[in-house]
Amino acid sequence: MISRRDFLAALGGGIVVVLIADDCDAQESGGGARRGTREPVPETIDAWLHVGEDGLVSVFTGKVEVGQNARTSLTQAVAEELHAPMAGIKMVMGDTALTPYDMGTFGSRTTPTMWPQMRKAAAAAREMLIDLAAQKWSVDRASVSIAAGKVSSGSHGASFGELTHGEKLTKTIPGTLALTPATAWKVAGTSVAKVGGRDIVTGAHKYTFDMKRPGMVWARVLYPPQFGSTLISLDSKMAEAMPGVKVVREGDFVGVAAGDQETAAAAMMALKAEWKPLTAEASAKDVGAYFRKTARDAGEERGGPANPQLTTYNIAYIAHVPLEPRAAVAEWADAELTVWTGSQVPFGVRSELATSFQIPDGRVRVIVPDTGSGYGGKHTGEAAYEAARVAKAIGKPVKRTWTREEEMTWAYFRPGGVIDVGAKVDPDGTLTAWEMHNYNSGPSGLQTPYQVGTKTERYHQTKSPLRQGSYRGLAATANHFVRESYMDELAHAVKLDPLEFRLKNAKDLRLRAVIEAAATKFGWNPRQKTFGRGCGIAAGFEKGGYVATCAEVSVDKASGAVKVLRAVVSFECGAIVNPEHLRNQVEGAVAMGLGGALFEQIDFADNRIVTNRLSKYRLPRFADMPVIESVLLDRKDLASAGSGETPIVGIAPAVGNAIFDATGQRLRSLPLVPKGLVS
Amino acid sequence: MARITELDVNGSRRRVDAGADRTLLSVLRDDLDLTGAKYGCGEGQCAACTVLVDGQATKSCLTKVAAVAGKRIVTIEGLARNGKLHPMQEAFLEADALQCGYCTPGMILGAVSLLRRTPNPSDAEIVIGMNGHICRCGTYSRIVSAIHRAAKIGGGA
Repeated sequence: MISRRDFLAALGGGIVVVLIADDCDAQESGGGARRGTREPVPETIDAWLHVGEDGLVSVFTGKVEVGQNARTSLTQAVAEELHAPMAGIKMVMGDTALTPYDMGTFGSRTTPTMWPQMRKAAAAAREMLIDLAAQKWSVDRASVSIAAGKVSSGSHGASFGELTHGEKLTKTIPGTLALTPATAWKVAGTSVAKVGGRDIVTGAHKYTFDMKRPGMVWARVLYPPQFGSTLISLDSKMAEAMPGVKVVREGDFVGVAAGDQETAAAAMMALKAEWKPLTAEASAKDVGAYFRKTARDAGEERGGPANPQLTTYNIAYIAHVPLEPRAAVAEWADAELTVWTGSQVPFGVRSELATSFQIPDGRVRVIVPDTGSGYGGKHTGEAAYEAARVAKAIGKPVKRTWTREEEMTWAYFRPGGVIDVGAKVDPDGTLTAWEMHNYNSGPSGLQTPYQVGTKTERYHQTKSPLRQGSYRGLAATANHFVRESYMDELAHAVKLDPLEFRLKNAKDLRLRAVIEAAATKFGWNPRQKTFGRGCGIAAGFEKGGYVATCAEVSVDKASGAVKVLRAVVSFECGAIVNPEHLRNQVEGAVAMGLGGALFEQIDFADNRIVTNRLSKYRLPRFADMPVIESVLLDRKDLASAGSGETPIVGIAPAVGNAIFDATGQRLRSLPLVPKGLVS
Repeated sequence: MARITELDVNGSRRRVDAGADRTLLSVLRDDLDLTGAKYGCGEGQCAACTVLVDGQATKSCLTKVAAVAGKRIVTIEGLARNGKLHPMQEAFLEADALQCGYCTPGMILGAVSLLRRTPNPSDAEIVIGMNGHICRCGTYSRIVSAIHRAAKIGGGA
């Protein structure tokens, strides 16, 4: 198997820039590159970049593309600093054999961390190319410039390929290089079209689900009918009698493999398994009490029964529902494993596999093709493990794709939770005290961005009856829903307009800016009161981005139908990298957020997921969409922050507050109206 | 059981050897390597598996292959002609009407079928016509824009 060091050597001619992480000492801190040498590759690497003898720029990063357009934004970063056309840059992503280690693509970290690193690597390559040209042409390097992928000085001119031909240079640089300021960007900061878009609209792009390998067979894996059940006995005779079927049983792991997926599915059905069930600890109906009861700090401090002075909100578990379910293709050769899988954490999956099969990390290669979304739901490697295990047992490449029912049952969920909140407000509307307790749903976004005298904000870990994990925005959605709904309750209590109340307590200028921008675009003041309609506002800060959302809803009291008519989102995440893609993210976050706001919820009982398919779990559709308007505040003086998550946090409270405005009914649960508005 | 031995796909007669009760989605993807049609739910709820059958948007995950023998099947791979994108494909790119792209082939074919029925649809007609399709990334408003854009340049052709 190719190692990264071998790979660097195998890149052939051209120049290589290796960018080491900010916090690690540079082996070489700039200056001219040494000709004809390959330096040892340091261990802590963020990225590397290769300019080949054909002039093609290849950039290697462990980040993955899951629809958030990181492939485009990272290519823009390189194009900007290298002064090269987008089309001449190839981004190699999420391949553990070729790309540097990366923790994973989550937490809106690509833009604040990898994006500047890409720019530094590209800037270093640019300087190397200038050095090469100055040497080759015997001119002062100050006279050499690069534009549109061409290097020139006076009458001299060369393409990247002409300059790098016959070279074999490596340069290791620290992550401290000066970069082009946002005010001078030419490619970054513009609405460059999605890289790879053509392959998607023609169907040419191969997701993991679409992959095929020579000699590949299809696998299915046996799961119990209920969580926590243990396998008592298995009769696999019928399955084994089916043509081409192999049954793999290793302890509790039972997989079947067949030459086509229908036979594999039929073989799975033919397995006769006996299970010992586990008593369910909680269902969707009583999970709130379960969270309180199982809080690790129950009994300490204020635990135990809820403080009667606090108001309680409830948050349902919801599912990510990436349209491409989990999938993997696994192949063993000479005790080395290669797996293609849609994951946000390729290096984490590599470790999972290495540990499971007791082989060194270096004998596992995980490759992540651009994937059919994740939203925080694909941090784990279940399908990869299952495919690899069956492949190892039967000695053939194996494809394992999860059904929608498996994805909605055995993947993990966004946590449910119970949140208690209370505050003290002076008669003039000044917040003087704030208290908020989050049980289980998570600590993200728990800190209020408003100015308050005294604050108690605590996340209480509890047990969870369902497997739970990351989600777009994590708990910031739940915590913003509660905080911003309760801010609305307080505004009404002191008879202040919700906008005025927020501005009175918002001292952070960036927060004020998004609130004012959203309100202005929405036409908050003055707004007309229309029967059956209401308006709501919410704001917040998370993962480096500021957001304010205004929503208008109509409520038909007779039928209980709630329709979100309009949503205005103001968002500020520093210097904007790609305005059109940012708008797309903001709109998508609103669309996705509306599902969790209005009707998405996992129903579960008796250790089973009741809402285990799309006909039982309602997702936002065309007809649910409001008119969405985004107001992007471009702060070229600030570093760029990520934008895939934070725009989701404002829509639920804005809609809840709008429903209150329309009806006087305060809804304190997510989802707000799964069955319409019930009086 | 009867077997299906030939399908008319993207203007070509393709040899297959498929059990009559297999789904069109499975035969297209696994036997013919036409993986543009996607599995999303297997129960006709998401329409990621949409292909055109005699010009009509059809959910291939719910369609038995026997039901389409002799009919004209068009998948996303057959929409562009001689390397030139179909107006609907162009419109999706211009409107940036995609993120992860997994729903996109089905969306595009559903939209082409919609424009054949309704060449100049209103917003409401698009919403009704496309409501069976799910885009989990939430690019719905951009897809509506793309369909309007395509309608202006003959996207139902």
